[in-house]
Amino acid sequence: MVANSINISTPVRPMWGDRIVVSILATFAGVAIIVTIGIVLSLIFETIQFFGKVPITDFLFGLEWSPQTAIREGQVGSGGAFGVLPLINGTLLISAIAMLVATPLGLTSAVYLSEYASKPARVWIKPGLEILAGIPTVVYGFFAALTLAPFIRMTGGQFGLQIASESALAAGIVMGIMIVPLISSLSDDVMNSVPQSLRDASFGLGATQSETIRRVVFPAALPGISGALLLAASRAIGETMIVLMAAGLAAKLSLNPLDAVTTITVQIVALLTGDQEFDSAKTLSAFALGLFLFVITLCINVVALHIVRKYQENYD
Amino acid sequence: MIDFTKKAGFNLIRRHRAERRFQWTGRGAIAISLLFLLFMVGSILRDASGVIRQTQIALVVDLSVENIDPADPASASYGGLVKSSLRNMFPDVTDRKDKKRLYNLASPEASFEIARMVKENPELLGTTQTLWVTASDDLDLYIRGKVDVSLPERQRRISDAQIAWVDVLQSSGNIQRIANWMFLTNGDSREPEIAGILSALVGSAYSLAVCFALAFPIGIGAAIYLEEFAPANRLSDLIEVNINNLAAVPSIVFGLLGLSIFLGYMGLPRSSPLVGGMVLALMTLPTMIIAARASLQSVPPSFREGALALGASPVQAVFHHVFPVALPGMLTGAIIGMAQALGETAPLLMIGMVAFIVDIPDSILEPATALPVQIFLWADSPERAFTEKTAAAIIVLLIFLILMNLIAILLRRKLETRF
Repeated sequence: MVANSINISTPVRPMWGDRIVVSILATFAGVAIIVTIGIVLSLIFETIQFFGKVPITDFLFGLEWSPQTAIREGQVGSGGAFGVLPLINGTLLISAIAMLVATPLGLTSAVYLSEYASKPARVWIKPGLEILAGIPTVVYGFFAALTLAPFIRMTGGQFGLQIASESALAAGIVMGIMIVPLISSLSDDVMNSVPQSLRDASFGLGATQSETIRRVVFPAALPGISGALLLAASRAIGETMIVLMAAGLAAKLSLNPLDAVTTITVQIVALLTGDQEFDSAKTLSAFALGLFLFVITLCINVVALHIVRKYQENYD
Repeated sequence: MIDFTKKAGFNLIRRHRAERRFQWTGRGAIAISLLFLLFMVGSILRDASGVIRQTQIALVVDLSVENIDPADPASASYGGLVKSSLRNMFPDVTDRKDKKRLYNLASPEASFEIARMVKENPELLGTTQTLWVTASDDLDLYIRGKVDVSLPERQRRISDAQIAWVDVLQSSGNIQRIANWMFLTNGDSREPEIAGILSALVGSAYSLAVCFALAFPIGIGAAIYLEEFAPANRLSDLIEVNINNLAAVPSIVFGLLGLSIFLGYMGLPRSSPLVGGMVLALMTLPTMIIAARASLQSVPPSFREGALALGASPVQAVFHHVFPVALPGMLTGAIIGMAQALGETAPLLMIGMVAFIVDIPDSILEPATALPVQIFLWADSPERAFTEKTAAAIIVLLIFLILMNLIAILLRRKLETRF
């Protein structure tokens, strides 16, 4: 008789509890969007205020950066100069040095790891390189400022070179070492996803392993590798602590790696640490720099992630 | 006739040589990176070794009732006691400048140390005691041979007269070197010989606690939603793209967000671990979500299907069967995310956690600093003794990072189930 009391046709009762749980989870997932919107809004509001005080053309095309705040009314030079070009110059110079160091090191390491290294060697070398990525940037900054920069200065002095104690070179080299694991592990993944059949075909034609890598694997992996390099470049552009500790505050237009230059990130920190009134052009300019940095790195990242993903799908 | 076989043979030798060169370039690149790592850590370790021990100087202090009022020992002039005891040891020093140099042998902290000893051991009152107090950083550096004595007197921080006094003290056994626990139990200080990292460590711990409390649940929730419940539509795609991009946003931008929204708009207390933790949480969120999703993906679909077939609702299937299996992987990802957050400096500078903090913060609302920020602050100090402190603080930071990563690896090994 019990069986009869079960009515199979009873509609499933709506699972309110389930719906609530799922909507809470969805809200959590939405936090990612909220954060992005928060970043954009917080930067844009201050930046608009800043462009109310300093024309946008002065900011984008100005050749001089010397942010000042008037201490008293009508002071000479109280407006300061907010031209971002010297900062872009310094940022690109240091990032270029970093990429010059990291690209050959990272790519050859990746080739060795993915094509030559035996399994046990891989097990040890890969985490070893990844330690480089796990070391906090403040440690690299300390090393660059207190060990490498004096060393470069001394070596240059012996060849009669005048090297600034806060040279772009020291910061760039150390930053380059920092991004080696980023390049090597991403390129390693990309090269591993090149199908074995391509290699076998090349070997079958009598090519040596290095010829196969240079002429077959590497070109096939090139789009993915360029994505990895772009991600590394965006990392270098946004890096703060190394340049803050090892590069200077002097904003100048120079392509000499032995000069002291400054970067966007260094200036943001310099403008915002310490006490100053919140709506002065000087303080607001930091947010304009932040927005600039955010937009540039976002563009690079979107392109890079797109390339990497598109390429990965090709062979899957 | 051309001997093709011979030509091909020469060619082959050349090509094999190129092959070996190529392999060695790869080995060389890896070696350069790893040697750089070794050299960097080695040079920091060498600098840090100076902090393991500290130098103390023995003072004969007259704790008689004339000097210290037994009813109110705290009111006595302990600085005066330190000075008079140093004067008694070298009675022939009379010049005012020389006296000042003599007083500089002991750390400014010495008077507080004596006051503390008297407070803890009231029976010392009325006696004359030989007490060990902290020596100044200049004396410490000289004792350890870090001062180049051949330099002209004006170019070093310790004068000829001071060196002569220290030599006398040393030969009479009035200088000793002991384990430097103060480095781990003190807060920051202007005097390098007594500066410690405890306040920074506590600040870091509070920030990380806030960061974990926020980022872990939100990260897990987001990952479960995206992996298990999200419909395949535009919005889900947008969220995914967002997460990947957030992971690559420069950390300093998160600092700007914290400055303008948490401090400016919400009015939360500046320099507090609460705000620091919130900013770090936003930064580690993408790492946690990505790790948690990978962990959920590794749970075989048969778990879900089995639960659903037995009549569980989708939420029950996920929370009763999938989530417990995926949890260790999520925790591993969380620990690695926290390790990143521990080393992060730039965003904390933005929200003002660069204050000079002597006292140990009691709550997440008080001004505090964090370990990497302390490293940044000390690295800026010109004194040689602070360079050593910086290196030692870096070693402590690295030890914590190694520990966290080890825990993550062990957790993965122990709890991971392979399907």
